[in-house]
Amino acid sequence: MNLWQTIQVAWEGIAINKVRSFLTMLGIIIGVAAVIIMMGVSAGTEATIADQIAGLGSNLIMVSRGFGGGEHGGRGFETEGLNYEDALAIGEHVSGINGVVAEQIASSQIVRVDSATIETDVIGAMPDFPEVRGVELADGRFFSQQDLDRKAKVAVLGYSTAQELFGDADPIGQSITAGSVRLTVVGVMDEKGLVGQTDYDQRVYVPLTVAFDRFSFSRRFGDRVMTIYVQAESQDTIESAITQIDALLRRRHDLTAMDEADFTIYTQEDIIETQEATTAAFRSLLAWVAGVSLLVGGIGIMNIMLVSVTERTREIGIRQAVGAAPSDIRLQFLVEALVLSLVGGLIGVAVGVGGSWLFGQTSDMRTVVVLNSILLAFGSAAGVGIFFGFYPANRASQLDPIEALRHE
Amino acid sequence: MNEHLIEVQDLTKVYGMGAAAVHALDGVNLTIHEGEFVAIMGPSGSGKSTLMNILGCLDRPTEGQYWLGGEDVSKLNKAQLAGIRNRQIGFVFQSYNLLPRSTAIKNVMLPLLYGRRERRSASERETLARQALEAVGLGDRTDHRPNEMSGGEQQRVAIARALVNEPLLIMADEPTGNLDTSSSQEIVDILCELHERGRTIVMITHEPGLGAQSQRIVNLLDGRVVDGEEG
Ligand SMILES: Nc1ncnc2c1ncn2[C@@H]1O[C@H](COP(=O)(O)OP(=O)(O)OP(=O)(O)O)[C@@H](O)[C@H]1O
Ligand SMILES: [Mg+2]
Repeated sequence: MNLWQTIQVAWEGIAINKVRSFLTMLGIIIGVAAVIIMMGVSAGTEATIADQIAGLGSNLIMVSRGFGGGEHGGRGFETEGLNYEDALAIGEHVSGINGVVAEQIASSQIVRVDSATIETDVIGAMPDFPEVRGVELADGRFFSQQDLDRKAKVAVLGYSTAQELFGDADPIGQSITAGSVRLTVVGVMDEKGLVGQTDYDQRVYVPLTVAFDRFSFSRRFGDRVMTIYVQAESQDTIESAITQIDALLRRRHDLTAMDEADFTIYTQEDIIETQEATTAAFRSLLAWVAGVSLLVGGIGIMNIMLVSVTERTREIGIRQAVGAAPSDIRLQFLVEALVLSLVGGLIGVAVGVGGSWLFGQTSDMRTVVVLNSILLAFGSAAGVGIFFGFYPANRASQLDPIEALRHE
Repeated sequence: MNEHLIEVQDLTKVYGMGAAAVHALDGVNLTIHEGEFVAIMGPSGSGKSTLMNILGCLDRPTEGQYWLGGEDVSKLNKAQLAGIRNRQIGFVFQSYNLLPRSTAIKNVMLPLLYGRRERRSASERETLARQALEAVGLGDRTDHRPNEMSGGEQQRVAIARALVNEPLLIMADEPTGNLDTSSSQEIVDILCELHERGRTIVMITHEPGLGAQSQRIVNLLDGRVVDGEEG
C-alpha cells in the first residue's frame, strides 16, 4: 500500500467517528491554539515595552525615589526622596551629561481658549526636556531656566492639543487657561504619537516650578519629584555619571557610602534586562502549559487509538488475511494517529491565529503572531501524534490473524 | 515435485501447554495437486479449521513441514507469510468477513492494495475488482454494502475478493455454513466453475452432499487424516 492509499484509509477510519475524532483532537487544538495566542500576547507585550523603553529617550539614566526612602531616621518629610533641587544639583555638578529633567504630572486639567475647551494632562517640565526625552519642538521655543526661576506663566503645547485648541491658527503668543492659571503659549511640540499608554501629543507643558505652585495635585507634594531623567553624553559616560550622581545625592541626603540609599539609579538597559528576565520566566511557563496540554492531547489520542484498535480487531484480521503485513497495519494506525494530531494541529493554528487577532482587536494588548510559534506548535502536534500513536499501532500490528478474525 | 501444490509432513499443532495441551493436529500428512478440488470433512473439533489456517499461512504449525508450491513455508516470518497469503491464497470464510462499511467493490479491491510485487493503478484495481464481481454474478451490485446484501451475495463478494489476485489456491472454511440449501449450491457451483478453470480449491464442509461434488474427500478425525491422504 502506498502512502496516499494509507492516508485515505486512515481518513476513512477517522471520518467514521466524526464526533469522537473531533473530541480527541480537542486536546491538541486547545494546546496548539494556547501556544500561539500566548506567544502572540507575550511577543506583543515585549514589542510594546521595547517601544516604551526606546521612547523614553537615549542613553538615559533614571533616578527614582527608593522604596527604602525615609527609613534613615531624623530626616523630615521635606527632604524625603528626590526634589527639584536635586535635579538642579545634578545638572550643575555632574560631568559627562547632556541634560537633566525632572517632571511632575499635574493631573488632568480643563484647558480653555476663546474658541475651545478640552481636558488634558498638564506636565511640569524642565528646559532639557525635549533633548533628554527625545521630543522635537515644532514651533516656538521650550522653557528656559529663567522661565523656571521666574515662574513664568508660559506653556508649550503637544501637537494634537495645539490642533484641538487652535486648529490652523498660530498658537504662539496666544493665551490659554489651564485650570485657573492663565498661560502664554511659547511653543508647540512635534508629533511623537503613542508610546505605550502615554500620548505625548495630548499634553500641555508648563515650567516645573509653576506646576509646583499652581496646580493642585502638585501643590500637595511641594517640590518633590518621582523621577529625575539624566541623559549621558554617550554610552561611555553612563558609568561615571552614575557614580557621580550617587555620590552627589548621598551628600545631599546626608547619607554615608554605607547607608542604604533613599533613591534608585537605573538605566534603560536595566529595564530591558528586568523585562527580559520576566519574559523568559513567562516563556518557560508557556512552554510548560503548552507541553502539558499537548501531553494531555497525546494521551487522548493514544486512548482513542487503543479503543479503535480493539473495535476494529476484526477489520485488522481481514486485512491480514488478504495479505497486510504487520508493517502495513502499523503504518495504517500510525498514519491515523498522525492525521488526527495534524488536523487537530491545523485547526489549532487557525483558532490560535484567529484568537490572537480577536484578542488584539478586543483588548488594548498588542498581539503579534509569531511564525515560529506556529511551526513549533504544529511540529509538536505531529511529534505527539507519532509518539502516542506508536504504541497502539504496534499493538495492532502484532495481532494474531486468526484471533483477530474470530474477534466479535 | 511441481505438480504437488501442497505437501505437508507430520504436521502437528498443539494449543496450550502441559496437562491442558490440546493436540488439534497430530501428525498430518497430506498432498494436494495443482488444479485439484479437495473437500475436507470430519466431525466438529477434528482439526479441520486448524489445518486450513496452517495451509492458508494464517498460522504456523508447532511441528512438521509444509511446502507450498515447492517452497518450505513453515519457517517464514509474519511479513513473508502475509506476502504469500496475498499472492497465492484466497480465503472464503463461513462468516464472510467483509469490511462492513465498505462497498462490494472496495471489499474486492482490498487484496490489490497490499500487493507488494506489482503496483496497480486505481483504475486497474477497479477493473480487476469489477471483473471478479462479474465472475460471481454480482456485476450489478458493486456499490452495495454488506448490510444491503443477502448472505449468499455476501459470500459471493467474499469469493470475488478471494479471486481478484488470481491466487493458485482458494481455501474455503465452511463457506456454506450460514446459508440455506439453494444458496449453498450456488456457492459450490461457483467453486466448481473456478475449479474447471484451473484453480486449486480446498473446501471444508459438514455436508456430505456438497463434499461429494469435489474430486476427493479428506477425512479428519482427532487431528489425523483417516482417509484421502493422497490424490
Ligand atoms: N486457539 C485455540 N486454543 C485452544 N484450543 C483450540 C484453539 N483453536 C482450536 N482449538 C482446539 O483444537 C481443536 C480443533 O479445532 P478446529 O477449530 O480445528 O476444529 P474444526 O474441525 O474446525 O471444528 P468445527 O467443525 O466445529 O469448525 C478443538 O478441540 C479446539 O478446541
Ligand atoms: Mg472449523
